[in-house]
Amino acid sequence: MPSHGIKGQVAIVGMGCTRFGELWDKSADDLMIEASDEAFASAGTGKDDVDAYWLGTAMSGMSGMTLARPLQLRGKPVTHVENFCATGSEALRNAAYAVASGAYDVAMAVGVEKVKDSGYQGLNASGAATDGTGRTLTAAAMFSLVAPSYAEKYGVDPDEIKEVLARIAWKNHFNGARNPRAQFRKEMDRDAICQAPAVAGRLGLFDCAGVADGAAAAIVCRAEDAHRFTDSPLYVHALSFVAGAGTGSLDPDYDYTTFPEVVATARDAYDQAGITDPRRELAMAEVHDCFTPTELVLMEDLGFAERGMAWKEELAGTFDLDGDLPVNPDGGLKSFGHPIGASGLRMMFECWLQLRGDAPEQRRIQTDSTRALTHNLGGYPGEMVSFVSILGTEPG
Amino acid sequence: MRGIISYGAYVPYQRLRREAISAVVGGAPGRGARSVASYDEDTTSMGVEAGRLALRSVNRRVDPRACWFATSGPAYLDKTNATTIHAALRLDRDAAAIDMGGAPRSGMGAWRAALRGDGPTLVVTSDIRTGLPASVDERDGGDGAAAVLFGGDDDGAVVAEHLASASTTEEFLDRWRLPGESRSQLWEERFAETRYPPLAEQAWGEALKRAGLAAEQVDRVVLTGLHARSVRRVARGLGVGKEAFVDDLSATVGNTGTAHPGLLLACALDGASPGEVIAVVSLADGADVEVFRATDAIEAFAPIRTVAAQIEAGSDALPYGKFTNWRGMLPIEPPRRPPPDRPAAPPSTRAEDWKFAFVGSRDRSTGALHLPPQRVSWKGGAQDEMDPAPMADVPGTIASFTVDKLAYSPSPPIVFAVVDFDGGGRLPIELTDVDVSEVAPGDRVEMTFRRLFTAGGVHNYFWKARPIRG
Repeated sequence: MPSHGIKGQVAIVGMGCTRFGELWDKSADDLMIEASDEAFASAGTGKDDVDAYWLGTAMSGMSGMTLARPLQLRGKPVTHVENFCATGSEALRNAAYAVASGAYDVAMAVGVEKVKDSGYQGLNASGAATDGTGRTLTAAAMFSLVAPSYAEKYGVDPDEIKEVLARIAWKNHFNGARNPRAQFRKEMDRDAICQAPAVAGRLGLFDCAGVADGAAAAIVCRAEDAHRFTDSPLYVHALSFVAGAGTGSLDPDYDYTTFPEVVATARDAYDQAGITDPRRELAMAEVHDCFTPTELVLMEDLGFAERGMAWKEELAGTFDLDGDLPVNPDGGLKSFGHPIGASGLRMMFECWLQLRGDAPEQRRIQTDSTRALTHNLGGYPGEMVSFVSILGTEPG
Repeated sequence: MRGIISYGAYVPYQRLRREAISAVVGGAPGRGARSVASYDEDTTSMGVEAGRLALRSVNRRVDPRACWFATSGPAYLDKTNATTIHAALRLDRDAAAIDMGGAPRSGMGAWRAALRGDGPTLVVTSDIRTGLPASVDERDGGDGAAAVLFGGDDDGAVVAEHLASASTTEEFLDRWRLPGESRSQLWEERFAETRYPPLAEQAWGEALKRAGLAAEQVDRVVLTGLHARSVRRVARGLGVGKEAFVDDLSATVGNTGTAHPGLLLACALDGASPGEVIAVVSLADGADVEVFRATDAIEAFAPIRTVAAQIEAGSDALPYGKFTNWRGMLPIEPPRRPPPDRPAAPPSTRAEDWKFAFVGSRDRSTGALHLPPQRVSWKGGAQDEMDPAPMADVPGTIASFTVDKLAYSPSPPIVFAVVDFDGGGRLPIELTDVDVSEVAPGDRVEMTFRRLFTAGGVHNYFWKARPIRG
């Protein structure tokens, strides 16, 4: 993919992230103010010194005024972006390009979602007027097609796959239990995970990400300006984004065991960052574990495991907090929760904490690497948007 | 020679065993089962299925000049339901589509009009018959549809020549229903039992006279009506032997009201030999008689699916609670998901061929199929190089499936499959008429026209896949 990237040109100099959860007492405004204030404080700056804003939200408001009004931003450009569940990443990506272009010196990305005010379980999107022929399935049902296909393709017993998926959920709950900002802070017994009621196909309740309210924010500037704000910035080594053409639902050859959009963004991001062996070169990864089979397939699509081998690596603990390559050390969508517009920035927030040595000791990863990956997707198998970033403490 | 060119009858997959009714509401256990329109079926969607069978059973394509739809249970008032059938069957734009609604007799009226008209005319009759729990109508009614394609020699091979018609009429209260009510009311049955026999005998005699036939020359008699006692009494007075009467399907389907003459005629034609005289006698606010004679062409006629095969393929596992829920008698707690939006009129019209007739597009250069149709090909990227790809009659195979226990459905859970169509093309789509414990990758499926849900007073019609049976 012909993408030049902005390696080393942009730095994240401040970040904030609220607690995620069923925050009945907080509005979207409260969450945006809280995440922004933390980001301002960590960069030692204020709202007037930020030149331009990008707001990511999928369903909690329209237009830049959704952010400008609660923060009382005066005369500032605020751009509202939406790109399914990768909305938060999209906000950061646009803010980063804005400062890289020289159009602005300092920009901020804020992601927020207030999903628990709808009165319904799960996520609920409503869109344009239609002819009524579109699918009305839940995301859980679409992703439940993955595990059986994977099991068949690689000759793994479906019950064994269920164990693998339970271990992914168990791992992310283990990590989330060590994260004061996470929605679910309880370790889960693997048997209990397996025995949870089915939601779709063989996917049980604990195979699904938490549905949460929350917000996260990041302040970016050009790399050469970073030390005006902080002694320990995080440099943007790669940003890659693909919006799929939806061919997976048309193409009889698509087999639900891989996400081509993810493969494309991973390849592009590694090219931008000059990474050839992600498993060795990365300190950690935050990936879009909306459902446990998603994380399983992502390990292969992102090049962390050979094709057909991720299930063994999961069982071997490769992606545990103390494993070869820790994945979702903050608990992931699974236990941190998934406020759509905030999740992509939340993933970067964990990189911000871990790579700079600020993560709480009980979940701090041990590594000599200086770079981390975030992966954020939206949509369904065969028809999704995908985002990959590489962030590092060295300018690159 | 004007007569019948083709026909098709549709019996829904679901059956309710009559003893399942008495197990809940008491009374003597009934025998046999009745057919039940599923939660995603209505008189229009069943009419589409019958119409598809009628048009597909003809050797060469016939384009009806008119589609007349009769039902006592129209899905819409004010809006014509026949236009939905017209769209689903892809009838010509200059073919009329007209409803004849209200009383079951309108079905025979539509036949009569088609027989006297010119050009190929498709008459679709359809009904969902029920009443309050424990009622006779609930027990003895049935749901189904029939379609008869009438026309002349110029329109196609006539398989049954029309010989004569006759009708009698009298104003009396037998059965009636106020608009919007869920049950019919009946006068004391012994009253109508004095009215129907003379009406039937007069029409029968007149029809035979016009056909130049004696009663004993009639080989098969379809005798039907919702007034069961009168039907039994009239049967004794027609002067034909017991063996001539076509089974009324009361044990396996029930009385499908407006659709029943067509359904039973389909049974008769399914087994007819050349030269056989078949008379249809319908008792409804009078009597209507139509007399046909099977031609030599009946031998070459092969129905896509016989009534017997559909009766055989049904499932009688439907619990009574689900039946009463489907009929609106027993509301249940909906899933905690937002109800769907109503389909919007302009996009539905723009997508008419897709939504109502399941027509995708096929890239001329690569053959890549697009469901729904697209202008730019997913394979090769050619733009506006597509041909319409009618897929309603193309079977497919289940590549993968799942069960969604959380998504909104009028009757959860949703069973959903990735379907690969014969000859190429894929669509992930909802399954219907399935027992989820019996679904497996590799299963063969066919498309069926359904009402997905009703939102904001708008019925959302589209297609689902169902296992191929029979």
